[in-house]
Amino acid sequence: MARGASRQDPLNAFITLAEIPPRGPGRLSGITVAVKDNISTRGVETTCGSRILEGYVPPYDAHVVDLIRNEGALIPGKTNMDEFGMGSSTENSGFGPARNPRDPERVTGGSSGGSAAAVASGMARMALGTDTGGSIRCPAAFCGIVGLKPTYGRVSRYGLVAYANSLEQIGPMATTVADCSLLMDVISRYDPRDATMQNRPYLPRLDGDIKGMRIGIPAEFFGKGVDPDVADRVRKAIGVLEELGAVIVEGSMPSMEYALAAYYVTCTSEASSNLARFDGVRYGPPSDYKKQWHEAFQEVRIRHFGPEVRRRILIGTFALSAGYYGKYYGKAQAAREHVREDYARLFRDVDLLAGPTMPTVAWKIGGKSDPLSMYLADILTVPANLAGVPAASVPCGTVQGLPVGLQLTGRAFEDELIMNAAYAYEQAVKA
Amino acid sequence: MTALRGPAQVAVGMKASGDISDTVIIGLEVHCQLNTESKLFCGCSTDYRNDPPNTHVCPTCLGLPGSLPAMNRRAVEYALRVAKALNCRVAEEAVFARKNYFYPDLPKGFQITMYNRPLAEGGYLDIEGDGGEKRVRITRIHLEEDPGRLVHMGTPDRPRYSLVDYNRSGIPLIEIVTEPDLRSPKEARRLLNGLRTTLEYLGVFDGDREGSLRVDANISIPGSERVEVKNISSYKGVEKALTYEITRQRGVLRRGLRVERETRHFVEARGVTTSARSKEQEHDYRYFTEPDLRPLQVRDWLPGIVLPELPAARRERFCAQYGISPEHARTLCGELRLAEFFEEMAPCGNPLLAATWVADTLQGELNYREMEIGKVPPAHFMELLDLIQRKELTDKAAVEVLRRMLDQCLRGETVETPTQIMEKNALGKTAGDAFTPVVREVIAGCPDAVRDYRAGKGEALNFLVGQVMKRTRGRADPKELTRILREELARQGT
Repeated sequence: MARGASRQDPLNAFITLAEIPPRGPGRLSGITVAVKDNISTRGVETTCGSRILEGYVPPYDAHVVDLIRNEGALIPGKTNMDEFGMGSSTENSGFGPARNPRDPERVTGGSSGGSAAAVASGMARMALGTDTGGSIRCPAAFCGIVGLKPTYGRVSRYGLVAYANSLEQIGPMATTVADCSLLMDVISRYDPRDATMQNRPYLPRLDGDIKGMRIGIPAEFFGKGVDPDVADRVRKAIGVLEELGAVIVEGSMPSMEYALAAYYVTCTSEASSNLARFDGVRYGPPSDYKKQWHEAFQEVRIRHFGPEVRRRILIGTFALSAGYYGKYYGKAQAAREHVREDYARLFRDVDLLAGPTMPTVAWKIGGKSDPLSMYLADILTVPANLAGVPAASVPCGTVQGLPVGLQLTGRAFEDELIMNAAYAYEQAVKA
Repeated sequence: MTALRGPAQVAVGMKASGDISDTVIIGLEVHCQLNTESKLFCGCSTDYRNDPPNTHVCPTCLGLPGSLPAMNRRAVEYALRVAKALNCRVAEEAVFARKNYFYPDLPKGFQITMYNRPLAEGGYLDIEGDGGEKRVRITRIHLEEDPGRLVHMGTPDRPRYSLVDYNRSGIPLIEIVTEPDLRSPKEARRLLNGLRTTLEYLGVFDGDREGSLRVDANISIPGSERVEVKNISSYKGVEKALTYEITRQRGVLRRGLRVERETRHFVEARGVTTSARSKEQEHDYRYFTEPDLRPLQVRDWLPGIVLPELPAARRERFCAQYGISPEHARTLCGELRLAEFFEEMAPCGNPLLAATWVADTLQGELNYREMEIGKVPPAHFMELLDLIQRKELTDKAAVEVLRRMLDQCLRGETVETPTQIMEKNALGKTAGDAFTPVVREVIAGCPDAVRDYRAGKGEALNFLVGQVMKRTRGRADPKELTRILREELARQGT
């Protein structure tokens, strides 16, 4: 089994290279769509970037995999990622970091870094990523491609190996807004197997007309920690939207202050429960059956989970514990409600929010050594996940030769509007 | 009460060892499997009884990575029927939660259950208590999934390894929690019987299915800590486990010690409870809302939940419609199939006779054989009642016919009709005069009894009747025999 960078895959974009054939002709015929390795593919190993799932071959396809194969897509392989999606750089992969096509010494962003690298390098025309707190938008921004985190409940999670169920969505990644929109169109078909899904399929409308569209700019989107050059690039992009007829409205989003904390408490809590099933009994590397059960499963988990995963399981277990629940998990849910309210208030006045996707450009591999500074990089992306609203990243130029992403956030189930604004911008700067 | 702890209480316990309270306080948590066709969160069939392990499984009930639960609406309807029948207040919104713990039979590492937003709360069930009719309050009812099943290889002393069967994983369960209103093991058993009957009437439960009912009991003696006994899986087991536990707790108190707050396991084979874990070792289940399922707006479902006739209503109807005694009605309605069997006998035209024969005779013979009513062919039983009514069989002979019939059922043989059995075994009632020779023989053979009779001892006649009955194997009607004997004795006496 090919693992790590190779001649066919110098960026280590894929964990498994495997040609999964299409099932029928359709709108994706002749198109390659790389699939993140936390999305189940029948008969093809699905590791979630974790050693604990090495050798696990799902007996079923995720709903989105069914959909793209039925539309004629060819899947060239399963892409690299931070273990279980826990990271913002793809350095936390159990199979080595993915490399940024713009500068192989730099990270791709994460956790869908392999998907972004595969698309940006041309190894695949499109890719499926997943976004729990920015995992589609961050690598899209760092690798200079388009990525959409759909409204929560718009794409079936059936077959997506859960990290934080209440936050994550599968979404499209591509070099152009039109491709991204097409893939979103395909994957948003209803699936009764996901109880959190709503039957409101995406209906693409890319006419590039954003005249009169009201776009809000919360001051916090350009707050502390945002690189001034990145901020400058994004303000210029917003200027382009204004030239296209959009009305720019200053605003504020005070809940940003505790969004990051609310996010990390929520995602680690859910993860501590979701990852309990990896005990060596049913799949993955087996436990030592000669030992007592408790000893054997602890050993498997200690040996095969990476350090970041173990850290998050511990934090989440603590946050849900009796006596601490109210202080952490309970409070995080209250904070989450504030974030939702903030969005609701803003969206009464504006149609979209705009700002930078990431506070910086891609950093050097190994450049962020402490986990906290990595967590801080998610500050601009996590609010959308907490509120379940759609958000996209669209390339808006470079800083020191490295791509910068413009983030557009919209009302729930108005993914179409975001994509149209992104399309308008893309067409304007291309011309 | 809880503030008083430590050495002081030990001293009190020692001093007061003579006046340990006679009262016991019992509350139950009853888990019942709902008999839906498919599992709670996936389409797998629940009828795995005759199939090999791990054949009724799919990604969801195996907890494979990426699988999601999809709600079985029928299970919710069933649970709501129970909530309504037990007079509960159904919640506006019921919320699923995850109960997190590691165990190999739990494929996801958590169980999907309900925690602080259960389906229903605050109901009751009336039972026959130790001191008459009693209302047992129901605290709450919630819906949850069953884990898989562990099969331990080796012996308890020498365990070798365990195998896991996930066929049971995801079977819908309802948990019914009672208030601590029960005061004896017998009342606990009555409550269980009452629940079982109600659930069977509702058509949501199959009590004959292995593992369909599991009970955890909380039990304490006033002034003492509460002990939870887990792992009770039969109706008889509840009475046994509780009786054992009361004796144990009284023994502890009598020795001047304190009953520890703990969880104990009932070991059915040995009829004892053993300590499983102390309060300090209690699990922290880290409950939180299940993010993969939406809350259920269950109150909105209520108009669609229609209840059938329940045991209490049927008892009243039986008394009114058939004129049978309340005791018979209680026995007959105590089991759905018994009640239905009785109603099938209604065309026989004599409900009192049918009630006696079904509730007393048949039920007794079935219990003796540990046999189910479902195995008795109704047409045969109807014919039996007919023969009794037409006086072709004496009561005694009819019992004999019934026994032979049940034994044939039990052995799986072709069951002969009562008439066939009667004729083959010459059990039919013979006209009284045919017994005159036997009567004469008995009179000749028992001069002492005859002398007693003539001396005015009435019971001597009974003895003589008995002797004739014995020789004629119950074929004669005792009343008629008495008449013949009297006449014969009178004739001989002159």
